[in-house]
Amino acid sequence: MSTPMGAAAPNPWRRRALLWLPLGAAVGAGAGFLGMLRGLRTGDYDPRGVPSALLGKAPPDFALPPLEGADRPALTAADLRSAARPVLVNFFASWCAPCVAEHPFLMRLQRAGVPLMGVAYKDRPADSLAFLRRHGNPYGRIGVDQPGRVAIDWGLYGVPETYLIDKTGLIRWRWAGPITEEVLGRDLEPLLRRHA
Amino acid sequence: MIPELGHFALALALALSLAQAIFGLWGAGRADARLMAATPPLAGGVLMAVAAAFACLMWSFAVNDTTVENVVQNSHSAKPLLYKLSGTWGNHEGSMVLWVLILALCGSAVAAFGRKLPSALQARVLGVLGLVALGFLAFILATSNPFNRVWPPPEDGQGLNPILQDPGLAFHPPLLYLGYVGCAVTYAFAVAALIEGRVDAAWGRWVRPWALAAWAFLTLGIALGSWWAYYELGWGGYWFWDPVENASLLPWLALTALIHSAIVVEKREALKTWTIFLALLAFGLSLLGTFLVRSGVLNSVHAFANDPARGTVILMLLMLYVGGGFALFAWRAAAMQPTGVFAPLSREGGLVLNNLLLCSITAVVLVGTLWPMFADYLLEQKISVGPPFFNTALLPLAVPLVAAMAVGPMLPWKRARLWPVLQRLWWAALGGLVAVLVALAFAGWHVLPALGFGAAAWLIFGAVADIADRIALFSRPRAALARARGLPRAAWGAAMAHAGMGVLILGLAGMGLATDRLILMKPGETAQLGGYGFRLEGLRDVQGPNWTARRATVAVTREGRPVTVLEPDRRSFPVGRMTTTEAAIHTTWLADIYVVLGDERDGGGVLRLHHNPLAPWIWLGAAIMALGAGISLSDRRVRVSAPAAKAARPGQGAPA
Repeated sequence: MSTPMGAAAPNPWRRRALLWLPLGAAVGAGAGFLGMLRGLRTGDYDPRGVPSALLGKAPPDFALPPLEGADRPALTAADLRSAARPVLVNFFASWCAPCVAEHPFLMRLQRAGVPLMGVAYKDRPADSLAFLRRHGNPYGRIGVDQPGRVAIDWGLYGVPETYLIDKTGLIRWRWAGPITEEVLGRDLEPLLRRHA
Repeated sequence: MIPELGHFALALALALSLAQAIFGLWGAGRADARLMAATPPLAGGVLMAVAAAFACLMWSFAVNDTTVENVVQNSHSAKPLLYKLSGTWGNHEGSMVLWVLILALCGSAVAAFGRKLPSALQARVLGVLGLVALGFLAFILATSNPFNRVWPPPEDGQGLNPILQDPGLAFHPPLLYLGYVGCAVTYAFAVAALIEGRVDAAWGRWVRPWALAAWAFLTLGIALGSWWAYYELGWGGYWFWDPVENASLLPWLALTALIHSAIVVEKREALKTWTIFLALLAFGLSLLGTFLVRSGVLNSVHAFANDPARGTVILMLLMLYVGGGFALFAWRAAAMQPTGVFAPLSREGGLVLNNLLLCSITAVVLVGTLWPMFADYLLEQKISVGPPFFNTALLPLAVPLVAAMAVGPMLPWKRARLWPVLQRLWWAALGGLVAVLVALAFAGWHVLPALGFGAAAWLIFGAVADIADRIALFSRPRAALARARGLPRAAWGAAMAHAGMGVLILGLAGMGLATDRLILMKPGETAQLGGYGFRLEGLRDVQGPNWTARRATVAVTREGRPVTVLEPDRRSFPVGRMTTTEAAIHTTWLADIYVVLGDERDGGGVLRLHHNPLAPWIWLGAAIMALGAGISLSDRRVRVSAPAAKAARPGQGAPA
């Protein structure tokens, strides 16, 4: 890096440029890390699973049975392709406490007219039904994924987890964790406007 | 009450370190003797405040105070006291407080032992250390307060990760932090030198003990972590090239380069810019490790809490210290003119080669660690960089490094000729060759381990040859003992550290010949591995203080004679709902016999048997290396005067 033999460098400009190199490398790496941290929040960057591979692609093919007693039709991949507006797909379970925490925000989205599709993940249908009876049902369609096989195809990290699918049927956004006021204002609402 | 006192003490430390930073840097800038004189007592004050905060936190853990959130999340009343106490630093918040405590200790050591430093340099070093402490204290108070209360208090804590309940791991983080934080001191010296625009032999003499002490602690810390992984994780391996392991290896590599290049600054006043760069790099890499482990940007078995918000703040601190240091470097380093000139083939040249190779190794490890993350982020590709990459890429760099390691210390300064040195090393080379042939004859056609044995013999005999040469053992054997007594301890330390590396490589080579076997055994059955017989005597339940376990009893025999009885456990911790495997290890020093109990089925147990030749020598070698550094630190030359300040009593490095 510096002149190794202790003598003055032949070209002072090259030496100066070399002295700037560490700073450049550090700033470049820092910018990358900052992007990764942002990506961790938005779901664009996830060092663990492989779900980011789905971003920009169509969801994997599936057909889930309906939740008996919920008066909602079943959910298949075809329902996500033919929407006139962006659709949210929300994986939930009655045994998951953060799902209860995010539920009021799902209800708010539903009242605002955003189409929501629910996937009951590794849950007994009776429990899912009781959950929706107690907290309200924001979903237009509900699929039951009791063995959790569809969740594997989607690369689910855990519940709750939410995907945004645009009008052309491509996955545009993924959020692992509960939807909060902050997530709604910062990420979801701008995205819904952009893809509307 | 106690937690509030701790919280207050942290805030007090923040205020004091702000004063330390301002008084030190501004006072030295204005050459104000009163401000500069106020800096060392402030460093003492920061130490007292942080120590008080740490003691408060430890007390909360010791009495299992469940109104403290950190205790609730990381402790449990059923835990043995030692692990309650080690739980203080076994979590993100507490470990950050420990980090700052060690930093404050180092600051006080610079203040106490550095009275004979030029006062402006001491004030600037303390000022920079105060700035570092300031950032981390602000980080703790803003995002990771360990004294947060919970109300109503839960009945009991949620337990510490049972894998972490282990004496090896209890002391692994403090040792690592001593190493990381030691890098902060060399960083502070580098920044102070850049501000002053001057690097001289005295500076080199000051920086080296700190770098050496940091290096010794980091060596021990990494070795302890690797030993822990070996006996606790139950995979039979000792190094996995996991990103978190690499994160601790990176500053170690940079420090290794630094302790060598600082010799050149001290003795010959050359390589100044380069040494400054290494000091900045070592601290930057240790901060990078902190960031990678705690921010959640990487996928690892040992990552801490994953909190992107926290990660952002650490990244900001990282950019502030590293970016600031490198910006200062770009701006000021051109002024550092070397005065010593030397020929390519000389002691200096050898040290340059050492630095080039070590830095290439650092670059390879850094790229291998960061590339998967950047590939994922930039190219959206999931790739994994594992042992095959590291082994292939590092071998061509390690071979010349090891080859030069024995030669370098015997080269004279300024200008050398290779031939006389090689003449004095011929029997070390012969020893290496014999080791290769013996290994091939006894262990069969395993080329890499055989080369490893050769390299180990070359290093160990090379270190002996170096000492023998210095005390003229063969040419004038009569006075050799007197000369050995007169030989500087630094020479003994260097030879020991190099020989320790040889012992370590011996262990690595031995592990290259390791064999293992996975087998379902019923009680009464016998299996063979590595010349030993393993007989499963039985399986039973065992009750521990906070765990229950299934324990297998395995009688080990060799040629029919009993060797030992091994009892591997599979423990379950009801509080943490976790299971751990406790490998049972019997060591003969020539080999480890290592048994792990897996699942049970059909009335039998799945046992994994390992025969690991020379495994303990890996950690023995690391301990010898650290001991060599310790001996070097006790050298008179370190304790007594730097040339610029006569009769000084410099900071002995050992901050604890």
